[in-house]
Amino acid sequence: MNKPLTRDELAKKVAADISPGSYVNLGIGQPTKVADYLRPEQNITLHTENGMLGMGPEAQDSQVDEDLINAGKIPVTETPGASYFHHADSFAMMRGGHLDVCVLGAFQVSARGDLANWSTGSPDSIPAVGGAMDLAVGAKAVFVMMSLFAKDGTAKIVPDLTYPVTGLGCVTRIYTDHGVFLLSGSGASSTLILHEAFGLPAEEIAARLDVEVQLDHKLGSSAEAHFQSPVQPV
Amino acid sequence: MTHIVSTAEEAVSSIRDGCTILMGGFGNAGQPFELIDALIDTGAESLTIVSNNAGQGDAGLALLVKERRVRRIICSFPRQKDSWHFDAAYRAGEIELELVPQGNLAERLRAAGAGIGAFYTPTGYGTELARGKETRTIEGKNYVLEYPLHGDFALIKALHADEVGNLQYRKTARNFGPIMAAAASTTIVQVADVLSVGAIDPEHVVTPGIYVDTVVALPGPPSTTGNHRTEAPHE
Repeated sequence: MNKPLTRDELAKKVAADISPGSYVNLGIGQPTKVADYLRPEQNITLHTENGMLGMGPEAQDSQVDEDLINAGKIPVTETPGASYFHHADSFAMMRGGHLDVCVLGAFQVSARGDLANWSTGSPDSIPAVGGAMDLAVGAKAVFVMMSLFAKDGTAKIVPDLTYPVTGLGCVTRIYTDHGVFLLSGSGASSTLILHEAFGLPAEEIAARLDVEVQLDHKLGSSAEAHFQSPVQPV
Repeated sequence: MTHIVSTAEEAVSSIRDGCTILMGGFGNAGQPFELIDALIDTGAESLTIVSNNAGQGDAGLALLVKERRVRRIICSFPRQKDSWHFDAAYRAGEIELELVPQGNLAERLRAAGAGIGAFYTPTGYGTELARGKETRTIEGKNYVLEYPLHGDFALIKALHADEVGNLQYRKTARNFGPIMAAAASTTIVQVADVLSVGAIDPEHVVTPGIYVDTVVALPGPPSTTGNHRTEAPHE
């Protein structure tokens, strides 16, 4: 029996599933970790929505330049071949379908691929959206990284969002500590497929979700749920 | 025609109560701190500010908000760990907030500068930020109608200008500068230095001088660590 994935293992898995040569935007928070596991030979170009392609690692000490920050306002570095552009261009390249992948955190994802990640809906919170809604609709593939279950044990893959919507039908894959889910189709005809299971038998994962889940035929029986080969990279 | 002036005070002297001001910057990068300090000194109030954030720490836009000069702010990400002045004003009901997804904010500014009457965008469709807005399905995809955002003034920061107002920026401090410059009736730019005509290769001009009305060169390093006002750190 394997174990649930740690955050680093999950980041490594997401990184491995990104096709060589992709243009990628990593959201703030957990998705940022994916950058640590991208291999140089993948030749991934990172986009940051505040106006840069070719973003490098976080700046250290003397590298810190307050004019060179990422979307989380953390000082970063530039890589050879980097470019700068203004905000309208930055979001045009996102909205225009030029980015291959964006990786986002989430509070909830519905079985139809609806995403909630910008607001808890708490009445006393100060709302802030940033680029969340643009990222949700803007990339060719939208990967979500999150824990499968909330602290209270409820599943974060839900029939219908109870948190405020960020984007409808936009998520294509969900990477969680207990499994990788693929979404195919859209709207009422969409299907949610459990592609890999970690730490729990696939049937048990499916049973704990209040949504219809198809088990990938490669998953095998619950007794031998195991690491699968990566899904075809996008 | 671009005017080169010698002080920040002179640069912002025509801003009046009730104006709409487009304010460049993403966090601190590209925020025109010294122009904002001069704006505070004019005493102008009841301002509408369009900016990505609502000020951070104890400098720049945060001070303008602290002084309650901002009646309304149109931005994408007001809440940050150091946005205490905005947070206090918002919780006191002393500032009106229009929250706009960041890409829609950028495109609304671009549309204003480009003479576009409105545009359909997929961003925000089906969310509470699109509530009450016109929508349309085009070739099976859903869109929300968004309108341009004009400013009476834009206050932005660039690295260099030449004497005819052509601008170059520095790294991610460019952010909203070029689109705000085009979207305002009067664009005021602070730069590290003003170069002679011809000193910027025409191929390397980022914002052409046609969009720039007033330029002031302010001393200090080109990065955001300028000579602007900061208050004691918040407790």
